Amino acid sequence: MKVAVISGSVVGSKTRKATTELAEKIKALGGHELEYIDLKEYDFPFSDGRNYLDYGGSTSEALKKIMDAEVIFIGTPIFQASIPGTLKNLFDLLPADGFRDKTVGLVVTAGSLRHYLVAEQQLKPILSYMKANIVQSYVYITDLDFSKEGIESDDILLRLDNLIDSTFNVASAQKKVIQEYSDSFGF
Amino acid sequence: MDSRNRHIVPKIDLKNGIEFGIYTLADHLPNPYTKERISAGQRIKDIIEMGRYAEQAGFDIFQVGESHQDYFVGQAHTVILSALAQATKTIKLSSGSTIISTSDPVRVFEDAATIDLISDGRMELVAGRASRVGLYDLLGYNLDDYEALFEEKFKLLLEINENEYVNWQGEYRAPLKNAHVIPRPDNEQKGLPIWRAVGGALASAYKAGQEGVPMYLAHLGGPAEAFKSRVDVYREAAVQAGHDVKNLPIATAGFLFAHENMIEAYKQYYPHINEGHMKTNGSGFPKAAFNEGKDRRSVLNVGDPKLIVEKILYQHELFNNSRYIGQLDFGGVPLDDVKRNIDIIGEKILPEVKKHTRTKEEE
Repeated sequence: MKVAVISGSVVGSKTRKATTELAEKIKALGGHELEYIDLKEYDFPFSDGRNYLDYGGSTSEALKKIMDAEVIFIGTPIFQASIPGTLKNLFDLLPADGFRDKTVGLVVTAGSLRHYLVAEQQLKPILSYMKANIVQSYVYITDLDFSKEGIESDDILLRLDNLIDSTFNVASAQKKVIQEYSDSFGF
Repeated sequence: MDSRNRHIVPKIDLKNGIEFGIYTLADHLPNPYTKERISAGQRIKDIIEMGRYAEQAGFDIFQVGESHQDYFVGQAHTVILSALAQATKTIKLSSGSTIISTSDPVRVFEDAATIDLISDGRMELVAGRASRVGLYDLLGYNLDDYEALFEEKFKLLLEINENEYVNWQGEYRAPLKNAHVIPRPDNEQKGLPIWRAVGGALASAYKAGQEGVPMYLAHLGGPAEAFKSRVDVYREAAVQAGHDVKNLPIATAGFLFAHENMIEAYKQYYPHINEGHMKTNGSGFPKAAFNEGKDRRSVLNVGDPKLIVEKILYQHELFNNSRYIGQLDFGGVPLDDVKRNIDIIGEKILPEVKKHTRTKEEE
């Protein structure tokens, strides 16, 4: 499948470490076309409501990769009890129903367990509005799970495997559902 | 022109029923069935042929839209309209629409008035704002001025249309001091019917009503009733501003594709619409939304002739529009299919729509 892995922050390294780990695991599976998009490497303008193709340059290129994907993994840190503005801006840059027919899996990195429900209460509603097919369980990673190099907690590594597994599983089931629905129209 | 209406409105004789037309956005997209794209020159010639063919099939008007992005050939849409003026004899011609925000209204008027002279008085203008905004950079305008540019230039266009000598001052163009804007259309008002294009925004419908200019309402999908709010707002604003609503026409525009077999119409047109949208807007047209067209209450006029007639009449009942125009060539529809469609519409849909929308004997 066409996959996009997004690291949704321009600050720090943990979200990048977690999403890099995730991307490596997907690559190891083989059989997928993968695009890794680290928001730190882009200088996105603030959304002004125009069509995403009209920003031009690397912005439109990155947005197009996301729009072309069938499966999207979003990694986000938690800042001030919410997702970073950078990630919200990415959503604002995309069309209102930008995640229609796409399956989305989530990885959250945070400084403490207090923020566990932030993704549930703030990120998922945005994705729902944008018509994403959301994989309900997300992987929540705190500082203690990281070493200098990357994730060192077996628990988290297994959870990431699990997230990948269930996301592709949900995506291929969704594909069949869409096909059946589409066939039902008779054209 | 009614004394209460300052602006020039098109002459539409409803004794013959509503006007029925075709519009093209002059998109230049591959045919999704063959993945091949004809040359830009061929596409432009096909558009001219489409207009000629629509004329002989009895359509009232043919419109060409302006676009400045990839997959379009209508950048110089007035030049195409000029060729159409020469290729046709009776059918009305119009832009649909002209992006007035990024053009000089003087030049727009000069071009349109010239086409009006070539075509013996058949030209109209529809002024819009563009849904895609690449043309702001291309033509040297600031997107931050999106609203202000349209409002100012649209006002100036009306001013020029209604006055041969223009005194004007604004923010986005050098002032005009007793400027003689010619050539003038050869009619009593020496001007052209000019419409305001309205998309989804209620505020735009309100402004059209306030200004007392005729309104072109685009509706691509969804229930017809959802668009009625724009029509109501338009007419209410017009009444509030003291205009005579009876003489302010509304035109509607949307997809139109007919086939003797209902499902065939959907099967054939959907890949054009979906893949065309994918390329021009970056996301497809959801199949479920397209499928809704099978219901008579949806504005998507795709289906067999009987359903389409029913739908257009239902829309007329809701909107009391004086004109309807359909888009039947979007997304690389081959000219032969366009012609087959024009034949079906001309034979089975247009006469029925006209018959049922005729006004009763006027005094």
